[in-house]
Amino acid sequence: MEFTLTEKQKMLKKITRQFAEEFIVPVARESDEKQELDDTVYQKMKEMNYFGACIPEEYGGAGLHNDTIGFGIVIEEISRADAAWGITIAVHNGVAAYPIYKYGTEDQKQEFLIDLAKGNKVGAFCLTEPNAGSDAAGVRLTAVKDGDEYVLNGTKIFATSGGIAGTLLVVAKTGEKDSRKQMTVFLVDSKTPGYSVGVKEDKMGVRASNTSELVFQDVRVPEENILGGAGEGFKMAMKILDFGRIGIAAQCVGLGQAALEASIKYANERVQFNQPIGRFQAIQWKIADMAIAIESARLFTYKAAYLHDKGEQFGMASSMAKLTASEAAMQAAHGAVQIHGGYGLMKAYPVERYFRDAKMGEIYEGTSEIQRLVIANNLLRKGA
Amino acid sequence: MKIFVCVKQVPGVSEIKIDPKTNTLVREGVESVINPNDRNAIELALTLKEKHGAEVLVLSMGPPQAEEILRESIAMGADKGFLLTDRAFAGADTLATSYTLSLAIKKILKESDPEEKYLVICGAQAIDGDTGQVPPELAEELGIPQIAYVLSIELNEDKIVAERKFRAVEIVVIETKLPALISVLNDINKPRYPSMAGILKAHDNSKITYYNAQDLNADEAKIGLNGSSTEVWKIFAPERKGNRVILRGTLEEIVQQLCQNLKDDKIL
Repeated sequence: MEFTLTEKQKMLKKITRQFAEEFIVPVARESDEKQELDDTVYQKMKEMNYFGACIPEEYGGAGLHNDTIGFGIVIEEISRADAAWGITIAVHNGVAAYPIYKYGTEDQKQEFLIDLAKGNKVGAFCLTEPNAGSDAAGVRLTAVKDGDEYVLNGTKIFATSGGIAGTLLVVAKTGEKDSRKQMTVFLVDSKTPGYSVGVKEDKMGVRASNTSELVFQDVRVPEENILGGAGEGFKMAMKILDFGRIGIAAQCVGLGQAALEASIKYANERVQFNQPIGRFQAIQWKIADMAIAIESARLFTYKAAYLHDKGEQFGMASSMAKLTASEAAMQAAHGAVQIHGGYGLMKAYPVERYFRDAKMGEIYEGTSEIQRLVIANNLLRKGA
Repeated sequence: MKIFVCVKQVPGVSEIKIDPKTNTLVREGVESVINPNDRNAIELALTLKEKHGAEVLVLSMGPPQAEEILRESIAMGADKGFLLTDRAFAGADTLATSYTLSLAIKKILKESDPEEKYLVICGAQAIDGDTGQVPPELAEELGIPQIAYVLSIELNEDKIVAERKFRAVEIVVIETKLPALISVLNDINKPRYPSMAGILKAHDNSKITYYNAQDLNADEAKIGLNGSSTEVWKIFAPERKGNRVILRGTLEEIVQQLCQNLKDDKIL
């Protein structure tokens, strides 16, 4: 077992941190208020290859497809600056670009993956519907075969980056019987006639990240746009989400780290009763507990990434990582606001934003309850 | 054309610690970075490469850990890295350093095309020693013209025209033929960040060339402590005066906080 980062990972961490502090941190608050990602940052992120982080170079990516720990580190550092950018890059890579690399045909990679990896287009994974959230098998959006095309009808909601996406991975129902075996993932270009973006959600946290309703009205998609085979959609979607959760876990670790660092800084600076509040045990214990939670989550995240890269089963590990990390981020953000006292409630300090951002992590990409379900099912199926 | 860039690894902190016994910088637990002016030098080399085509070769003299800054330079876009490392180089002052660097440049030129035109770019000075002596000394060792404190440069065939900062307020325009050496200030450009693909390439597909004293056929009397004509008597960290407070928030909030602080301190 090896707990040291490679030289490459160390440099990725250092450079991403410097980049994020210079370009993302200064506009994070404004982006949160405007509910929009900053376009200058977007262009810079493109130049840095963050949109193709875990895609090989031959498809326009940076080449971290075999180094998921490195990918996690990058997401962590971006999220430390702004969790909204963290979720955007994590989702774009983890559940849009990477699945096309992993399950797509060469033609699909040429048509869709290269633009995603280069950041010319943003990707979105569209599963959730009004009646299909935690119960992913409840998808009602239909895809009916008509000649060598499929016609998509229905609505997706809460799609991360949905409103800004150029390429969509749409989970649709291609048959009536057992819904799990009748689900198929389609690659849809956002310019396809019949597709439109509905309501843009006004969220509590990661407000700069776009979350939208997406409407499909007689959207005709050629058969060759099926990702991974007709009827394979449910199983594949679950696998895609297994990998996606590593990115989300890393996003939460970065956010928690930001909350911890803000707390340490404030505890050392803020003087009450003639001494920095960091000298009080009430504050010390909070900081220690925050640090323990975040470090545990970081180790879980790296372990899930490690298992993935080794080609081993990593679904349960990624659930554990996502669960631990989102709860650690919430704990850290909660502690950070408390340590900041009145100032913690004010927009002038970032911990208020961290608090709102952290709550999102316990809900999206599988709620904490669903993660526990996945973990328990894994264990019980295996038996003692 | 070859562009040589000389870089130095320096502690990446604003507050330095000094070992009172050895009169040297405490490097343990301190992150090391490429000297800021040297990053400008790399950026300039890369810009010239993009515009005119050139091979960018980055050199550093230092302990084996200095390989990290060469990898970072390659990640930014440099073609090759050369690390001049040997216990015999330790304790070098600027004179011994420039001598050693010049040997490496001569060796590289000799082993490729000795007639090829070249430009040497250095950062004007390092944030640790802050002498600014290596660039001019290196030019002397190489026997080539030099322009120090350059703010902008135009390359035209085998000629360069550079604006150099002079006595803080004046700018002098100087033209010279290649080969030549220039040292640059941080106003000249804004160094790029290495892209992720660049970082991966720098680690997976790039080799750093190591040169020791023997490889360079160095004269033992001219390298390291032996070759140094200066001796450090005393070194101390600048004293920190007063506490700084950094105000954050929107302009209005900052102004409000500032007024409040001034009131609290009974200044207003």
